[in-house]
Formats: sequence, structure tokens, C-alpha cells
Amino acid sequence: MKNDIILAGVGGQGILSIAAIIGLAAVDMGMHLKQAEVHGMSQRGGDVQSHLRISDEEIASDLIPKGCADMIISVEPMESLRYLPWLSPDGYVITNTTPFVNIPNYPEIGKVLDIVQQQPHYVMLDCDTMAKELESAKSANMVVLGAASPFLCIPFERLEAAVAKLFGKKGDAVVALNIKALNAGRQVALNSK
Amino acid sequence: MQKQLLLGDEAIAQGALDAGISGVYAYPGTPSTEITEYVQHSKEAREKNLHCTWSANEKTALEGALGMSYSGKRALAAMKHVGLNVAADPFINSAITGANGGLVVVAADDPSMHSSQDEQDSRFFSKFAFIPTLEPGNQQEAYDMTRYGFDLSEKYRVPVMLRITTRLAHSRAGVQRREVNAENQISLPENPRQFVLLPANARKQYKDLLKKQAGLEQESIESGYNTYTDAADKKLGIVACGLAYNYLMENFADRKVPHPVLKISQYPLPRPMIEKLFNECETILVLEEGQPLVEEQLKGYLSKGLHIKGRLDGTLPRDGELNPNIVAVALGLPNTEGAPVPEIVASRPPSLCRGCPHIDTYNALNQAIAKYSPGRVFSDIGCYTLGALPPYNAINSCVDMGASITMAKGAADAGLFPSVAVIGDSTFTHSGITSLLDAVVDKSPITVLILDNLTTGMTGGQASHAEGRIEAICRGLGVEEDHIHVLKPLPKQHEANLEVIARELEYRGVSVIIPRRECIQTLNRKMRAKFKNKEKGN
Repeated sequence: MKNDIILAGVGGQGILSIAAIIGLAAVDMGMHLKQAEVHGMSQRGGDVQSHLRISDEEIASDLIPKGCADMIISVEPMESLRYLPWLSPDGYVITNTTPFVNIPNYPEIGKVLDIVQQQPHYVMLDCDTMAKELESAKSANMVVLGAASPFLCIPFERLEAAVAKLFGKKGDAVVALNIKALNAGRQVALNSK
Repeated sequence: MQKQLLLGDEAIAQGALDAGISGVYAYPGTPSTEITEYVQHSKEAREKNLHCTWSANEKTALEGALGMSYSGKRALAAMKHVGLNVAADPFINSAITGANGGLVVVAADDPSMHSSQDEQDSRFFSKFAFIPTLEPGNQQEAYDMTRYGFDLSEKYRVPVMLRITTRLAHSRAGVQRREVNAENQISLPENPRQFVLLPANARKQYKDLLKKQAGLEQESIESGYNTYTDAADKKLGIVACGLAYNYLMENFADRKVPHPVLKISQYPLPRPMIEKLFNECETILVLEEGQPLVEEQLKGYLSKGLHIKGRLDGTLPRDGELNPNIVAVALGLPNTEGAPVPEIVASRPPSLCRGCPHIDTYNALNQAIAKYSPGRVFSDIGCYTLGALPPYNAINSCVDMGASITMAKGAADAGLFPSVAVIGDSTFTHSGITSLLDAVVDKSPITVLILDNLTTGMTGGQASHAEGRIEAICRGLGVEEDHIHVLKPLPKQHEANLEVIARELEYRGVSVIIPRRECIQTLNRKMRAKFKNKEKGN
């Protein structure tokens, strides 16, 4: 039982919260974990990625070998494509469709989404709009995590419990909103499966 | 006790806390910053009142740590690799004085230059200084070796270097803590001359240091951190240092390598273990993160005898960090790779944040300097280095901490006028003050912009020693009062700022202009905290 996951996005989009939730759930299950993060200069509005590995056996490398990732979870559509060299042939691309445009040469979004749709396995969803509709605009990252949840080796209740643990300090209302966002994303993935 | 999920940096900090340190000394620098931040946020450290405030730079940090060691207590100094250049003087000489209380120096290297201007390998520094070195390969080893480092330091009375790289510093895994040691009591060196490096003493101390090397090598053989795993296929023997060991293991699903493997995590190198590998194997492959230190030693100058493969013969890339795929190719195993990156994917370099004060400063500076020929702005290390990228294209150099002012001065000495320096507040107090003194003494015709965002921005907003002190420092150094200006870098102040910068560019002496506005990141953080407190109050 293992998942090798590339988390992708732009600095400040909350990919580390996604990592923290999967990590909390995995450790609660007694699994091994390694998670390589990006800190420092590259964080300033640049592309960021995290290699997250969970396994019931000991993990050797902090980095996932190319061509071996089970999934790419991306908070930004173009960023989901940047890490295709790491994705295994039967791996999943799970991505938000709302672009984060902070460069002048951002490609036409239609073309980006076309390429996502050419992948053998993908889930695409507009996490930003879904989060806004739930009146929780900041929870777009939870929506995309929810969409990834059917493909994780972690039971969904464990993820919900981890969300409650991570956001517990911020109060019940925040926890409830994030769990709602998580469920909304999961439904999209289950319906498209 | 349950395992904690810690970054490599945090594991080192926890290891040091549990080893009974009395203080950590550091200047922020990626990838080492989180070591000190972990101690600063630690409840135990607060209760024990351990020293954990930032130092002005890495040199003052290491000297502070050495003073604590002199007093008999355990001290940790932490810095990024280029910070060790700044601290080179105390580092090399602390090997000659030796330690009293345990002294561990963390050097965090950055192969592939994720957040640095070079990828120098600190193991060369420690070899040069005769300082024993530990190179953990995972987070648990980072914790354990930090503790061991303090014991080793006290046993042999030498500083110990702990060498890590970005990938371990910023990767998280479970760490098992062990018992907590009490702090040492104050106990000054038995030999009152130990720390007095007058030539006559230094010569004696240096001989002592050389004598310690045999014992230190014995430790490398016996500590258990260097391990020899035998296997049947002796066509190849593998030396895997630090993190490289993980990439080797990643390539064997059952974690059984068909060749003998010598895992190296402690230096000086354990000669008998290497000899055994040499005697039994036809070819040796050296896997090391960073520069080919072990490979060069094994190969020798003339590279005669056994065939050594590694970074020098092209088996591995000559630069950049390793990964499982690079190691697979070196082992002759099939490589794996997914689909290529679609051409449509544009690069997304880091950029100045929206609302950043540096943007307004660069807009004013660019306009003021447009009438002169290009290539006159010397800059420094910090967020504002991003001013080198479009759309600003505002700066022409970034070399080392403090170089902006002294390079502007040198260019002015050469006849370039106007000549401009752009330096951040924290970088100025790190290494710019003596540079400015040089300019004042020579009455150099330079304009220095000290971009004061009231924090150490690039590393995440740590306290800056410059806060509230810049004008007084400049006056104290002898900058003329009339040529010290404080500006507010805001779009609505653009014309006024432009006028001041344009005027001072023409002044044939030292001018200091201080555009001052808080970093948008730290400001937002404060506002969020304030909002939260207000909500709580209601």
C-alpha cells in the first residue's frame, strides 16, 4: 500500500495544507511518510511543488523517481502539466481549472485544459468556483484534495478527521466549511469515474 | 513517545535541544533558517531561556557560539553554505582553539542552487579545517547525529560540522525522540591558553589538532554511521554518501543491492572500510551529493589503478543535485520517465509580490537613471535581487552579502559616475556597514539605496537588526546629514521620490537614500493576527 503524489501549484496557493492533511491521516494510520517541500526564493509567486510519499513500508528517497508518481494533484491547471515527466503511465492528473495568471505569456487556458483531457486518467474541476459557491473561497485546495480522495490509499473518514485536526484551532465553522469543500470535490471525482 | 513529523532542519533543532544546548546562533539563510525558527518557537527553549535570537551575520553567530562553548556550555551554530564563507575565519580558527562545551556547526548546502548563488560543498571546508563532519541521510539520522555531534565535540574538544543539503533540510519524515539531557554548567577551559592563538600557542594547538585525526578516523569506523554491506557481485563496489544512499536504495525494491555498498555519513573517511571495498571490487562507483570530494580522494591526482566512476568521468552529472533517476542511469538500470512537459507550459519564475515596496523603488530608480548609460546599479542578496528580471531589469550585479556598496565604490574609483548600490536593510547590517565606511573614508561619489522593508524578507520575514537603526548607523559612519534621505516607496510618492534620487545621483560624495515601507508579507501577517485577536475579543 503506497501513494507517490506530486502536489503542484503557485507559491501561496496552499499546497502545503494538502500535504499536511494527507500526512496527518497517513501517520495516524501508522504509515511511513516522506515529504519534500520548497522553501525560500522559489516561493515568491513562482511554481512550487512537493513530493509526498506515503507507504506501509519504509521509504528510501525523499524524491519520487520520474515516471513513478501515482498522481499529480494541482491547484493550478498549467502547473499540473509541468510534472507529467513524473507521472506513471497509469497515474492520475487531478487539477483545478482556474488559472493563476501572474506571467505575461500564460498560454490560452482552453489549450491547457485540452492537454489535461488528453491524459489517460484525469479529473478536472473548477475548484475556485465550487469553493466560492460554498462560501468558502479559501478552500479551493480542499476541493481538489477531495477530488483526489478516491485515488488515495487512505479511507475518506481519515481525511475528514485530519481536516478537523488541522483546522481545529480555527473553530468548528472553519472545519465544517473545509469538510464540505472536501466532500464537494470528492463527488465530482466519483461522478466522473 | 510517538514519532513526530519533522523537517530535516527541525530534526536537527530538536536533536540539539535534547542534547542540552544552551543556545543557537544563526543568521537566516535558505535552507538553514528553519533550524533556528524551530528553537524560537519551542516551548521548552523558552522555559529554559535558551539563546535563540538572530545574529547580525554568520561570523558573529559562530563567534557567539564559540564563546558559549568556551564557557563550557553546548552551542549550535547554523548557516547556509555561503554563510560559512562569511564565518570562515572563526570556523577555521575554532578548530585550532578547539571546543570546550560541545560545539556543532550546521552547514546547509544547496546543490542545484534552488535559492543560492553557488553550490559549494561544505565538506571541503571541514576537511580543510580538520573538523570532523557528519552527513545525515534522513531525518532520524539528522536528529541522532546532532546529539552524537555534541558528544563527539566534547570527547575530542573539537567543533563538529553537520553537513546537510536542501533536500533533507526541507523534507519531512517521522522522527523518534530520545531522552533529554540537562544543560552543562559553566566551566571554563582547564587550559587558560587554549583559546589564545598567539603563534607560539597556535603552533602547539595545531599539532594537537593533527594528532586528534587518528582518533577521529577511528570514530568514523566504529560509530555505526558508516556501514559496509557485503554482496555477491563484486564487479562493482559502491560508495554512497549521505542522501545519495537513499537514491541508491530507491532503485532496489527489496532494498537489496547486488554489489557491496559502503555508506558514508561520517568524516574523516574510514580508511580500512574503503580499502576493503577497493581490494574486493573491480570498479568503484562514488555517489555523493555535491562536489566530488570523496571521488577525488579515492582517484588521486593521477587517477591510476582501480577504475573510479562518479561525477568526474561523466557517469554522474558534474553539477546539480542527485535523484533516483540519475543514480539508476549510473548503475546501468533502465530509466523511467513519464510524458514530456508539453511545450505550452511557460516558465513561472519567482517575482516581487503585488504591493511590494521594492517595485515602487525600482520604478523611481529606473526613471531617474534612464538618462545615463546602462549598467550602473550594483545590487545584493535578497528579494530585491528579483529586480534583475523583467519588467524591472533594474540591477546589474548580485554577488555576495554586502558586495553592492563596495562594488559601486570600486566602479566609482574606476571613474563610473554615477554609480549606485541597492541593498536591503538586513543585508546592510549583515555585511554592508564596513563597505559604507570604506566609501565614506574615500569620499566615494556613490548613491546607496538601503531598501528598508523592516524585515529579512526573502527567508520569510525574520527580525532585522537594522530596524530603527539605519540613519544612526549612517550618521555614525560619517555620511553627511544632508545626504541621508528617507522616502516612502508608494505610487503616489513617485514624483517626489524620483526628484530626490535624481538629485543625489548627481552628488559627488556618499549619499544614502532609505526607501522605507514594511514588507507586504509581514504586514499582511500582522493584519491577519490583529483581525483574529479582534474576533476573539468579540
